[in-house]
Amino acid sequence: MFKDLFQKKRKYATIPSERVGQGRSDEAGERPKREIPEGLMNKCPKCGSIQYSKELEKNFKVCSNCGYHMRLNAMERIRYTVDEDSFTEFDENLESLDPLEFPGYASKLDQQKLKSGLKEAVVTGQGLIGGFPAVLAVMSFDFFTGSMGSVVGEKITRAIEVATEKDLPLIIFSTSGGARMQESILSLMQMAKTSAALARFHERGGLYISVITDPTTGGVSASFAMLGDIIIAEPGAIFGFAGRIVIEQTIRQKLPDDFQTAEFNLQHGQLDLVSHRKDLKATLSKLLDLHGVKGGTAIGG
Amino acid sequence: MAGEMPFEAPLVEMRKKIEELQQFGAEKGIDFSEEIARLEDRYRQLEEEVYSNLSPSQKMHLARHHQRPTSLDLIGLIFTDFVELHGDRMFGDDLAVVGGLAKLNGVPVTVVGQQRGKDTKDNIARFFGSPHPEGFRKALRLMHQANKFGRPIITLIDTKGAYPGSTAEERGQSEAIARNLKEMALLRVPVICVVIGEGGSGGALALGVGNRVLMLENSIYSAISPNGAASILWKDASKADQAAEAMKITAKDLLEMEVIEEIVPEPRGGAHRSYEETASAIKEALIRSLEDLSALTADELLEQRYAKFRKIGKFADK
Repeated sequence: MFKDLFQKKRKYATIPSERVGQGRSDEAGERPKREIPEGLMNKCPKCGSIQYSKELEKNFKVCSNCGYHMRLNAMERIRYTVDEDSFTEFDENLESLDPLEFPGYASKLDQQKLKSGLKEAVVTGQGLIGGFPAVLAVMSFDFFTGSMGSVVGEKITRAIEVATEKDLPLIIFSTSGGARMQESILSLMQMAKTSAALARFHERGGLYISVITDPTTGGVSASFAMLGDIIIAEPGAIFGFAGRIVIEQTIRQKLPDDFQTAEFNLQHGQLDLVSHRKDLKATLSKLLDLHGVKGGTAIGG
Repeated sequence: MAGEMPFEAPLVEMRKKIEELQQFGAEKGIDFSEEIARLEDRYRQLEEEVYSNLSPSQKMHLARHHQRPTSLDLIGLIFTDFVELHGDRMFGDDLAVVGGLAKLNGVPVTVVGQQRGKDTKDNIARFFGSPHPEGFRKALRLMHQANKFGRPIITLIDTKGAYPGSTAEERGQSEAIARNLKEMALLRVPVICVVIGEGGSGGALALGVGNRVLMLENSIYSAISPNGAASILWKDASKADQAAEAMKITAKDLLEMEVIEEIVPEPRGGAHRSYEETASAIKEALIRSLEDLSALTADELLEQRYAKFRKIGKFADK
C-alpha cells in the first residue's frame, strides 16, 4: 500500500522537534496522534510531507502535497472566514464548571485552556462574510476534542437565539468528538437544547448553513450539525455518529479507508456539497447572496 | 427467586437456610416455627438494607436485567386496544422500535418505544434494542401522525444507544436522531417520556424530548454508556461499575439535576419481580401527568417543553 511507503519515509525526515510536552488527547479522534510543530516548517499529519509554515498558512493550512485539510483552531477559522475586523464575539466569559464533580475534570479543563488558548470548545459571535452579516459559531477540536458540555450547548443556543431575534443567517462550523462525558446527562441534553432552538429558528424562516469539519461525530453530528438548510463539508472530513473503532467492533469487519469521509457522506446523500477550504468563504458568500441576505461586496448582481 | 444479581447473594443464602430449616423440621417432625419466624424477620430487614441502598452500578445491572420488562411487555399492561403500526415509509421496518395506537385509561394515545429482544433470536431481529435510522424515522412518523390527530404521545425509552454499524451510518444515523430532536420540539400535543431501562445516549434522547420525562426507579440515563466511558477514560471497559458511580446516571441523580420530573417506583428488587406492579405504577404516573398537561394549550405545551430543555446546563458567567 502507498500508505506504508509514506510511513517508512517518515522515519528519515528531520524536523524541529517540539513534540514533547504538547501531547494532545484525541479521546474520540479518528486519526493517529501526530503533532504539527510550530515554527519554520510544518509536517502534514496525513502524508508526512514537510512544508514551510508561511506557505501552509497561505494555503489555508491545506497540505499542498496531499490536500489534507488540517484541523483549525476556532480563531484561525474565524480569521479565514470572516472579513477583517468585523467579528464581535458573544459570551466570551462563559466557562465550564464541574457539576458532577467528575474525577480529573477540573484539572483537565485548565490544561485544555492552556493548550488551545480558548476558554471553551466553541467561539460564537457576529461578523461579515464577503460583506454579508451572519451569526457564527465556530468549534475548536483542540479544546477537549471539541466535546459538547453545558457551555458549548449554551453558547450555541444563545447564538441561535440572537440570529432568531435579529433575523440574521446562522453559520455553524462543527468539529467534535461528541459528548463531554464528564458532564454526562447535562452534556446529552445540550443536543435537545440546541435542536429545539434551531427548530424555532427554522420556524421563523431563518437560514442556517452547517459546515462540517474534521472530525464531527457523536452528539454534535446527531444534533445541530445535521440540521442545516444547507450542509457543507470540507474534503476528507470524517463525519458520522459512531466512531470507526466502535463500528468495526460491532460488525466485526474492517471498514474501507474512505468510510465516513465527506466524499462518502456526499455519495450517501448526507451532505449538500464538499467545498475546498480555499473556496469556502466564496461559497458561503454566494449562498448568503442567493438567500437575499442584505449587504455583500464580493458578489456582483 | 429467579435471575438474582450478585448483590442479592446474602438474601439468596438466607432464603436457602430458611427453606432447609423448614424441610428439616418437616422431615423430623420438629417445630421450628419460632426460629423460622425470626429468620423471616431478619430476612425482611436484610432485604430492606440491600434494596434501599443500591449503588449506581447495582442499579445499572438491574436496568440491564435480562428479565426486565420491555416496551411491549409494559404496553400490554399499561394500555388497552393496542394496534401496532410498522415502518418508516422510506426504507424498512426497524424492529428495535415499536409503536402504534392504544388507549390510556380510555383516551387514545400514540405510544412508541425502543424494544429489546426477549431471547437471543428475538434480540438479533431487534438489534438488541439499538435502532437504525429507519427506527427513529418510524418513531417520528408515528409522532407526526399523533400530532395531526391531536393525540398525546407516550414514549418508552430503553436502549443501549443507536445502532453503531456501517449500514446505520450510510443511511444517516446522525440525521435521523437530529431530526427527531428538532421535530419533537415542535409537537403540538402533550409528550410524556418514560425511561424504563437503559437510556443510552443520542439513541435514547431521540425519543426523549418531552414535556415530562419520567424514570423508573432503577433505570439509568447517560450521555455515553458507563462501559464506553470506562474504555475511553481508563482504556478498560470492565471498569464500567466505576464509571457508573462517577457519571450520575440514576433516576435520583437526574431528578436532583432537574433533568427529569418524576421517579416511578419499582417493586422491591426491581421491575422484573412484577411486571404488573411496574406497569400499574407507570400507568398511574402517566394518567396524572397527562391530566396536568391537558390543561395547557398547544402553544403553552411548546413553550413549556422549550423552557424545560433550555434551562439545562451548569456553567459560570465570569
